[in-house]
Amino acid sequence: MDLTTAQAWLKRFFALIEEHKAYLSELDNPIGDGDHGHNMARGAKAAEEALQAQTPTSLEGLFKSVGMSLLSKVGGASGPLYGSVFLAFANEVKGQEVIENPQQLFAAGLDAIVRRGKASVGEKTMVDVWSPFVEKLAEGVSLEDVEAMVLATKPLKATKGRAAYVGARSIGHIDPGSYSSGLFFKAYLKELA
Amino acid sequence: MQGIVIVSHAYGIAEGLKSLLLEIVKDVPITTAGGLDEHTIGTNLPRVTQAIEENEASTLHVFYDLGSALMNVEMAAELTEKTLIIHKSALVEGAFIAAAMMMSKASAESITEELKRLNVK
Repeated sequence: MDLTTAQAWLKRFFALIEEHKAYLSELDNPIGDGDHGHNMARGAKAAEEALQAQTPTSLEGLFKSVGMSLLSKVGGASGPLYGSVFLAFANEVKGQEVIENPQQLFAAGLDAIVRRGKASVGEKTMVDVWSPFVEKLAEGVSLEDVEAMVLATKPLKATKGRAAYVGARSIGHIDPGSYSSGLFFKAYLKELA
Repeated sequence: MQGIVIVSHAYGIAEGLKSLLLEIVKDVPITTAGGLDEHTIGTNLPRVTQAIEENEASTLHVFYDLGSALMNVEMAAELTEKTLIIHKSALVEGAFIAAAMMMSKASAESITEELKRLNVK
């Protein structure tokens, strides 16, 4: 994946966020504060504007720009979490014309989320989608796989983040951060196809 | 020199707490990162970093309200040269006691030790 394709990937992701804004906030309603879609859409808009104002000339520049926009504009936990992902991506692709090792790239993103959010697998967070995605990437992962990973967060009981306060009531709801991560991965896979 | 940084999702909470502290202290530098702006709830890295860098003190006691505020504080801590002590105490009580102890020239260590009793996070 080169700079042009990576830009198209992120553009597609931002469009998906905008399109699913209401649904993402709806998912966040019963278990969080109902702002995930709104927060992410605000970040996506800021990121698009920043990329338009200053066209990135490298993959590193692209990821750094998006990371900084999300850190500045998102506001909720997804700001530092997604922001850290993109800064880790930027670090990973330093000096690369094309993304040389996608699995390593996404693994670096996952590490950043784990470090920032101190979450592990099974706690009903983004980690529950990122971790299986990274694992499956080497052998090939489909849109259906991503969908299944996102849905698999539904029966989990939240023990991290604000959803942890509602305990058992979090069971039966898809985790909003996992859903938006699913959109991120789907955008990536569609751009590769 | 020691200072206080207040990080809250709400502008009003951060500014309100600062006014409360200013009732009891005079010479303690206090800076705030409240909300994304005056009207928008949230925390972000640039505002936390600004509150840290604008503070005159080089040793900063940081008080925050909710989870994602901590993520931004921890990111900011990785980016600054200053010494940050991130307290897990109740926001209002913790900052109030820290300010009072600073007035009586308490060390950063003794403030930190005292505040552990108020840990809620």
